[in-house]
Amino acid sequence: MARSIRSASRHGLTAREKQDPIGVAVAVLNKIASSDALDRFTPFGLNLRTSTERAVYEATRSGFRTVGLANRQFQKVADRGRPVRVPSALGTGSFDLTPTQDEQMLVDVVTELAAEVVRPVAAESDAVATAPESVLKAGVDIGLPILGVPEELGGVHAERSAMAGTLVAEALAHGDMGLAVASLAPGAVATALSLWGSEEQQATYLPAFTGDDVPAAALALTEPRPLFDPSTPATRAVRDGDDLVVTGTKSAVVRGADAELFVVGVELDGEARLLVVESGSDGLKVEADPSMGLRAASLSRLVLEDVRVPATALLGTAEDHVACVRLSRLAWCALSLGTAQAVLDHVVPYVNERVAFGEPISHRQSVAFMVANIAIELDSMRLVTYRAASRAAQGKDHAREVALARRLCADRGMQIGNDGVQLLGGHGFVKEHPVERWYRDLRAIGVMEGGVLV
Amino acid sequence: MINLEAPQKFRPLVGQAHQVAMNLLRPNSRTYDRSEHDYPRELDMLAAMVDGLSASGATSGAGASGVRREADDPGPAPGTEWSTRNGSNLASVLSIMEMCWGDVGLLLSMPRQGLGNSAIASVADDEQAERFRGVWASMAITEPGCGSDSANISTTARLDGDDYVIDGEKIYVTAGERCDAVVVWATLDKLLGRAAIKSFVVPKGTPGMTVTRLEHKLGIRSSDTAAITFTDCRVPKRNLLGSPEVDTNEGFAGAMATFDNTRPLVAAMAVGCARASLELTRELLEEAGVVVDYDRPVQTQTAAAATYLQLESDWEAAYLLTLRAAWLADNGTPNSLEASMAKAKAGRVGSDVTLRCVELAGSVGYSENELLEKWARDSKILDIFEGTQQIQQLIVARRLLGLSSAQLK
Repeated sequence: MARSIRSASRHGLTAREKQDPIGVAVAVLNKIASSDALDRFTPFGLNLRTSTERAVYEATRSGFRTVGLANRQFQKVADRGRPVRVPSALGTGSFDLTPTQDEQMLVDVVTELAAEVVRPVAAESDAVATAPESVLKAGVDIGLPILGVPEELGGVHAERSAMAGTLVAEALAHGDMGLAVASLAPGAVATALSLWGSEEQQATYLPAFTGDDVPAAALALTEPRPLFDPSTPATRAVRDGDDLVVTGTKSAVVRGADAELFVVGVELDGEARLLVVESGSDGLKVEADPSMGLRAASLSRLVLEDVRVPATALLGTAEDHVACVRLSRLAWCALSLGTAQAVLDHVVPYVNERVAFGEPISHRQSVAFMVANIAIELDSMRLVTYRAASRAAQGKDHAREVALARRLCADRGMQIGNDGVQLLGGHGFVKEHPVERWYRDLRAIGVMEGGVLV
Repeated sequence: MINLEAPQKFRPLVGQAHQVAMNLLRPNSRTYDRSEHDYPRELDMLAAMVDGLSASGATSGAGASGVRREADDPGPAPGTEWSTRNGSNLASVLSIMEMCWGDVGLLLSMPRQGLGNSAIASVADDEQAERFRGVWASMAITEPGCGSDSANISTTARLDGDDYVIDGEKIYVTAGERCDAVVVWATLDKLLGRAAIKSFVVPKGTPGMTVTRLEHKLGIRSSDTAAITFTDCRVPKRNLLGSPEVDTNEGFAGAMATFDNTRPLVAAMAVGCARASLELTRELLEEAGVVVDYDRPVQTQTAAAATYLQLESDWEAAYLLTLRAAWLADNGTPNSLEASMAKAKAGRVGSDVTLRCVELAGSVGYSENELLEKWARDSKILDIFEGTQQIQQLIVARRLLGLSSAQLK
């Protein structure tokens, strides 16, 4: 059987499983039982599928569809070889955990947005696998897309803002990780263009991000295969005259169906590189790919079949691709901090109020120590992530620090998500509480490459 | 501005401590592990050197200090923008990390750098601080019948004229034989509970104080661990540290405040020791052909490399939690919660890292030919003394949940 990327059809079975005659008969019965026809002609008018489940189901089932209904024309601008480069922040040489005043103001604004706009719609956005326009617009209004764009190009910062980006991602994910990812995705592309773009690329694309009508855009690095390593993408670009011809499939593409611009990780001449691809390109298709969590981010697969782009679409160098992977991982670590903090903030009052055996369950060490460890590991994740971010902002090497942050946030962040559900028991397993969503979202850390960037 | 690098201005201090650890502690490390209870006389030379460095103002000292705010240091003037302070607490944890990268037991045996000195530095008034300057002070809290529940000690101090008369038995006194004085916890009135517990400086040679036994231990063998009895042991009234008033509102806080200062130091010991294990293990793994790659996903690397990355990430967390606790103290911010977090994380990471490094190195790690097995033994005590892992979790949990010790037992 061919392993198509569409195949969820193996149902988690390994290749060693064989159908015997009874098995074949059972499979036929299952096919009949699960057909749409059965839904339409259900006796007594019962229909077990809710409208939202159906919407997701249909989105998934509808399979490939070409994007490009509302594509804007990005006006090409001539390159004079003078791209803007963002200077590093100057360090003070002192150990300090105090954000700058600018960072703190930004965090305060985003914290308010997360609490008042994001969190109230998080459950519904998760259910319908879509980020509401209100949230996306609010993010644009406070300048999320231009957080990593330097002043000179219409952005806000005079110097490298990896630390500010980290603090913002953390604060936003406290509202909801899926919506945070959806809101930060255009900024990831704008930041990449700011950091590594040619003058032509910056002048062609950045005005769209610094204006009012910010396009959906996605940094697409992940690919759908086990043991995926972003430094060896299977998506390949082949030179053909002055063009590159690209073929391959990217996964975990944020809001792929809406995106008007992609930055895609491809292999070219044996190296991993970044490539700017406009959504109107021929041979480009998007498929909905709803996943365990981050559902509000409308994760998709981007399928490229002989997509032709000019060689000038290459973004940065092979070293810049390495840097991009690191800074993206850093952003995922930042997101895990906000969600893990949300878990802690939720379980503390819960275990104090929930009574069992005549007293609050927080009076038991087995419960209280879990809460203590959530706090200890969360602060661990936070400090390790901040160190990586502050090094990145100061232009210091941060390969080691990002790797350690990713390891810690993947391991301990997931443990926090797991403990969050466990502390609520059965109540944690149902959607009455948000902990089950945080559990699903926190599994993304360590899996995801691309999508967000600081 | 957020920056989590060790302060630039302490680089010379850290560099000095590293050279001392490399060239004086490491060469003697195995020797005094094997000959437990022998006095490491090389340390006298070192102590003289450290004193010289302190006097020259070149360093903030290599051992324990407290969190007293200097009288001539009023902090930032009103109206000026707040700026961060990197002071003696950060200097202490950084130099202790280096020294314990060398040898934990020998650091604990450093003359005039005992945990009792930290108590004196934290609780003593100016007169006492001056009078006990240069004294090597150990700390005596634990009793045969009382460990983590230190509010329950039964050693008594009775006021008699101008003296306190101390009676009781103390165990696990680090440097209890070699020190010049012991800081003893005793109760003025057991019925009054925690508030009546005070600490007393008892100089060596005081009649009635006897070292009865030295322990044989799993690790930190170069450090002497003494059992001491006090029988009608008389000290002058002014040797009581802090206030003699039994203030039931103040409760235990005064005595426990010492721990806020010493816990980051013990966390720093665990961080230093574990770093030694990580560095040697990495080199041994590289010799065996295992390269740890920070960019490739761990799933695509060898199990040894993946294990190493996980250990290093936990180590990094312990290191930064320790720096944070010290930084808060430097800036006059209460750090009880953060000190316990640092101690909890560093304590368990210290054991985990050193034990798994032994496993990664195989019989090379298990053998006395290398120091990996020793570090795995030395690190265990760091998850026990100055408050066990479980006590730290209790403190963190009570604070987070807003529970009293009666509610969360």
